[in-house]
Amino acid sequence: MKLTRRALLAFGAGGLAAAALPFRAMARTLDEAMAAFSGGAAPAEGGLTLTAPEIAENGNTVPVTVSAPGAVEIAIWAAGNPSPDVATFRFGPAAGSQTASTRIRLAKTQDVVAMAKMADGSVVKAQATVKVTIGGCGG
Amino acid sequence: MISRREFLQAGLAASALVGASGFGGWSRLAAQQSLTQDQLLQFDDFGNVTLIHITDIHAQTKPIWFREPSVNLGVGEARGRPPHVTGSEFLETFGIKPGSAEAYALTSEDFVALARGYGRMGGLDRVATVVKAIRAARPEALLLDGGDTWHGSLVSLETRGQDMVDAMNLLGVEAMTSHWEWTFGAERVKEIVETLPFPFLGANIFDVEWDEPAFEPYAIFERGGARVAVIGQAFPYMPVANPRWMFPGYSFGIRQERMQEMVDEVRAEGADLVVCLSHNGFDVDHKMAGQVSGIDVILSGHTHDAIPEPVLVGETIIIASGSNGKFVSRVDLDVRDGRMMGFRHKLIPIFSDVIAPDAEMAALVDGHRAPFKASLEEVVGRTESLLYRRGNFNGTWDDVICDAIRSERDAQIALSPGVRWGPTLLPGDPITREDIHNVASMTYGRCYRTEMTGETLKTVMEDVADNIFNTDPYYQQGGDMVRVGGMSYRIDVSAPMGSRISDLALSDTGEALEAGKSYTVAGWASVNEGTEGPQIWDVIESHIRKLGTVNRPPSDTVTVVGA
Repeated sequence: MKLTRRALLAFGAGGLAAAALPFRAMARTLDEAMAAFSGGAAPAEGGLTLTAPEIAENGNTVPVTVSAPGAVEIAIWAAGNPSPDVATFRFGPAAGSQTASTRIRLAKTQDVVAMAKMADGSVVKAQATVKVTIGGCGG
Repeated sequence: MISRREFLQAGLAASALVGASGFGGWSRLAAQQSLTQDQLLQFDDFGNVTLIHITDIHAQTKPIWFREPSVNLGVGEARGRPPHVTGSEFLETFGIKPGSAEAYALTSEDFVALARGYGRMGGLDRVATVVKAIRAARPEALLLDGGDTWHGSLVSLETRGQDMVDAMNLLGVEAMTSHWEWTFGAERVKEIVETLPFPFLGANIFDVEWDEPAFEPYAIFERGGARVAVIGQAFPYMPVANPRWMFPGYSFGIRQERMQEMVDEVRAEGADLVVCLSHNGFDVDHKMAGQVSGIDVILSGHTHDAIPEPVLVGETIIIASGSNGKFVSRVDLDVRDGRMMGFRHKLIPIFSDVIAPDAEMAALVDGHRAPFKASLEEVVGRTESLLYRRGNFNGTWDDVICDAIRSERDAQIALSPGVRWGPTLLPGDPITREDIHNVASMTYGRCYRTEMTGETLKTVMEDVADNIFNTDPYYQQGGDMVRVGGMSYRIDVSAPMGSRISDLALSDTGEALEAGKSYTVAGWASVNEGTEGPQIWDVIESHIRKLGTVNRPPSDTVTVVGA
């Protein structure tokens, strides 16, 4: 059981985020980003599957998959990152499926949030907590 | 408090299954002095399919003492639910008489006295006798190994798991899954898997680069006229709890949606019975049983729980078969018309003085031990105290190890991993080099020495505590709390992450830890590549040689609240 370089980096990043707080006004907050995406519509549950590991094996590259049949657009945010925006996927009418996978960096344990916009303008939301841990004591 | 009969019946009442468990029978029939092999093996054949489950043997080839935990706290929904009952509460839950053979096998109550009366447990030669006896009654019985098999002893470390591979092949294992196997490195795992006469299953083992399945997810067996699908689930947190650099090409995880896909796939292939051979740990399996539909039986490993009756979640039965070769589970199933109609179960305790050793297995084990015999048997010291590890917080073996680390590495604070393996020694026992390896053997055992601030130590403790006491089992890693020497603390197990640990202090002086101050810290089992220091077993041996006789009362440095 020893603090890993990975965790120390995470600490460093945490300290940095706190120190940089005054500048974070530049980055929009998660709430602002979600409101901009949904256009103010209240998101429903269901119809969007967000697949992410419960505990990240490597916080620097966490695989995330979103899938929402019928969606025209799906956005992903990392609620606890200094800047929460991760990705927005747009699906054209010729798309065979409305599924996308990517890998994201998570500075610390946090919620990953996804929203999908359907053709009729309705919005659905899903979220999952991903733990970024020091590790090393499993038995 | 629910009584034993109510425990299983309460589960059955909500299901369409017909079930029974036979653990209690033999003890009531037999007085302590007259336990016989026939009584231990007695089983009224049932149905058409028999499963035999072994798991978490941790390379213990010889009979050992193994004290079950006196503290095994559950949080959230698991609070007070088996396996999170211990001591007299465990005895009451399952209707076990204090002082009986079952009480000795399954709890820590009066352990030393009962151990002297009932003797050591386990031994692969005894396990072989039991497996052969079950197969004599049920020739098509399916033998499944839940993993944590190749690691845990001096001989397994020296042979890089070969002694256990050969033993499991002789025993006739028909499928396995994995955890500590991977700490021999991915190359060694692949080298062994190529030689195995049975599948190495892991539906949740993926290739890191392409995120594609890397091992066979399941195998289908024709038994008793039924198609039996066995889906393997490796330890989900391999790269988090153990050194990722040893198997950098593989990703694990719970991957619940993948498990559901596999169940649907084998059902579509005509499976009449779906068995999950799991190294998830009990609470994770309990949650998974409620989330994934279509699993009939979960053979649960990793958290080392021995539960004398199946635990029902809906129509899924979960079987927990203990560790270190102490138990073998036999599960007879009535599988008809594409479904499981009923079960009969027995957790068979391996009393080494009662069950005759199998000569063939004994010869194989001794053959592998022969080159190391003198080293294994060398007496390093003696203990006047009961030395055990298992439990959520420091055991006395860990206290001795932490003492050794602080003394030999000149550190203020010692950290020792909260692994659940490692057998017990009784007061009066000699301490051999083999005994030390049994609680310390690993491929990343270097004892590092470093400095950490009070803030870092708090973060480490909080992080590990959340791996055990997060109320969502999917965030638990299945180990116990990191063991500490030279430092006291208070833990509120029901507090949220980040606020469980308080009152950190140097235990020698009572001086509170300061967030910004640095302390010398030494420990072992670091997951970092390139960790430097002497091997932990050499550190322990050097310390015990200096002491001559170990006398170590349990430490009182951890204050637990919120349980």
